Amino acid sequence: MSWFTEPLQYGFMQRAMLEVVIIGALCGLVGCFVVVRGLAFIGDALAHAVFPGVVLSYIAGQSILVGAFGFGTLTALGIGLLSRSRRVSEDTAIGVIFAAFFALGVVILSRQGGFRRDLGSLLFGNILGISTQDVVVTAVIAGVVGLIVAALLKEFTLAAFDPVMARTLGYPVFGLDLLLLLLVSATIVVSLQTVGNILVLALIVTPAAAARLLTDRLLRMIGLSMGIAAAAGVSGLYVSYHAGTAAGATVVLCATVLFLAALVFAPNHGLLAGVMHRRHGRHHAHHYHPAGEEHGGGQAR
Amino acid sequence: MRYGHNLALCEVTAEVPAGSVVGLIGPNGSGKSTLLKAVAGSVPLAGGSVTFGGKPLRELGGRVAYVPQREEVNWGFPVTALDVVMMGRYRALGWLRWPGRAERRAAEAALATLGLEGMAGRHISQFSGGQQQRIFLARAMVQEPVLVLLDEPFTGVDVQNRRVFHEQVRRFARAGVTVLVATHDLDEVRSTTTHVLLLNRRMVAFGRTATTFTPANLRAAFGGQVAVFEQVPVFEEAP
Repeated sequence: MSWFTEPLQYGFMQRAMLEVVIIGALCGLVGCFVVVRGLAFIGDALAHAVFPGVVLSYIAGQSILVGAFGFGTLTALGIGLLSRSRRVSEDTAIGVIFAAFFALGVVILSRQGGFRRDLGSLLFGNILGISTQDVVVTAVIAGVVGLIVAALLKEFTLAAFDPVMARTLGYPVFGLDLLLLLLVSATIVVSLQTVGNILVLALIVTPAAAARLLTDRLLRMIGLSMGIAAAAGVSGLYVSYHAGTAAGATVVLCATVLFLAALVFAPNHGLLAGVMHRRHGRHHAHHYHPAGEEHGGGQAR
Repeated sequence: MRYGHNLALCEVTAEVPAGSVVGLIGPNGSGKSTLLKAVAGSVPLAGGSVTFGGKPLRELGGRVAYVPQREEVNWGFPVTALDVVMMGRYRALGWLRWPGRAERRAAEAALATLGLEGMAGRHISQFSGGQQQRIFLARAMVQEPVLVLLDEPFTGVDVQNRRVFHEQVRRFARAGVTVLVATHDLDEVRSTTTHVLLLNRRMVAFGRTATTFTPANLRAAFGGQVAVFEQVPVFEEAP
C-alpha cells in the first residue's frame, strides 16, 4: 500500500500526478484525431518546430509556454498553408523546414552556458519540477481544447472521414483542418514540460492507437484513449519514482506497454483474436487495416 | 476547371433538366471525377459556374449528395454504417447539435430501404463492396437531396447490388431529384440514364441518351480505345 501512498506525500509528486492525468486526457483526446487523420508525421514536425520558441523563452527567463505557443501557432499555420498549395510535396517540405527549426533551437541554446543540462530538461521534460501555476495553466488549456473538440466533434469527424462531402455541405474544411492543427500544437506545447520535445508525440499517438485497436466507434475510442494515456501517466510516475528512472520516458514506455497489450489482447483486432478466428476456420471481416485497405472487393459475404 | 497545374477538364456546358439521370461517360482520366467534384464544390473552378435552378450550388446547403469512389473512403475510420448515414443529417442539424432519435430513425429507415436492416451497428469495413456502396447511397438519401452525384458506383459491384442501386436512382428521378453518375458501364447506360455527357478532358457531346449515345460520339470520346468498345452490343442497335 505504501508503494502507492509514499510518493504522494511529496508536493512535487502530487503536482506531477495531477499534471499527467490532465495531459493524458488531453493527449488522448487530440491523439484520436491525429491517428484517424494520419497526422503523426505532422505532429512530430510541430513538436520539433516549437523548439526554438521553447529555447528563446527559456533564455529570456519566461515560461516556456510563451515561446512554444508562438512558434506552435506559426508552424500550424505554415503546415496548413503548405498542405493547401500543390507546389511542394508536403512531407518533403515538412522534413526540410521543421528539422531546420529544431536545429536552430539547439544552435541558439548552445550559445548559452550550461548547455547540456538545459538541453536535457528541454528535450525530455521535467515533470517533477512543475509548479502549481504550470498545473493551472495546463488545466485551463486542456479545458479550452476539450470544449472546442466537444463543440465541433461532428464537424471534425466529417472533415476527417469525408472531406469531399464536408466541402459539398459547405463546411469550411480548410478552417477546420487549421483549427485541428492549432489544437494539436497547443497540446504539444502544454505537454512539453511533462515528456519533453522528443517524446511528446508518443503520448499523443500511442494511447489513441491502442484505443483504436479496442473499439470501432470514435466516441468510445476517445474515451479509451484518454483513459489509457492518463493511466500510462500515473503508472509511469510510480514506476519512475520507485525505480529511479527518468519520469517522461517511463511514462512513454508505460503507454507503449498498454499499446502492446491492446495489440495482443484486443477482442477483435488483437493478434490473439486473429489466431483464434483462424484456428476455428472462421472468416472474420474484423481485422482492422490501418492503411485503409479493405476486404471483400465486391463479393457478398 | 483547373486541377493542379493542368487543366483537367475544360469547356463543359450542359443544361440538365431536373429529375434526369445523366451518365458521365469517358475513358480513365477524361475528367469524370473532376467534373463531379467540381459540381460538388470540392475542386475549384478555373472559370465558369455551376448553378441549380438559377442559383449557385453553394446556396443549396446540404442538399447536394456525393457518393465517393470506394478507393477514396478511409475504411479504417472508426465509424459504423449508422454513423456514416447520419452524417447526411449533419448539415440540416447545424452547428453545436448532435444527431438524436429522429436522425437515427431516418438513417435506419434508409439502410432498411436498401436492404441493410439490422446491420446499422457494424463497422464499415465489415460489409461487402456492394453493401459499402449502399451505405453511402443511404447517406445520400437522408440528405433529402435535390442533386445526387455518384462517382463510379458500380466498380466491382455484383448484379444484385447494381439492381438495388438502379432502383434507388429511379426512385430519386421519380421524386424529381437530378442524378449525375460517372460510369464505365457502357452496357447499362441505355437502360439507366435519360441523358449522357461524353467527356475526354473536354465535353465531347451532351444530350438525351437516345440521340447522343451513338458510336460516332463514343469514338470521339474514347479515341484509340474504341476497338474495345465496338464489341458492345449497343452499337448494333444504334442508328
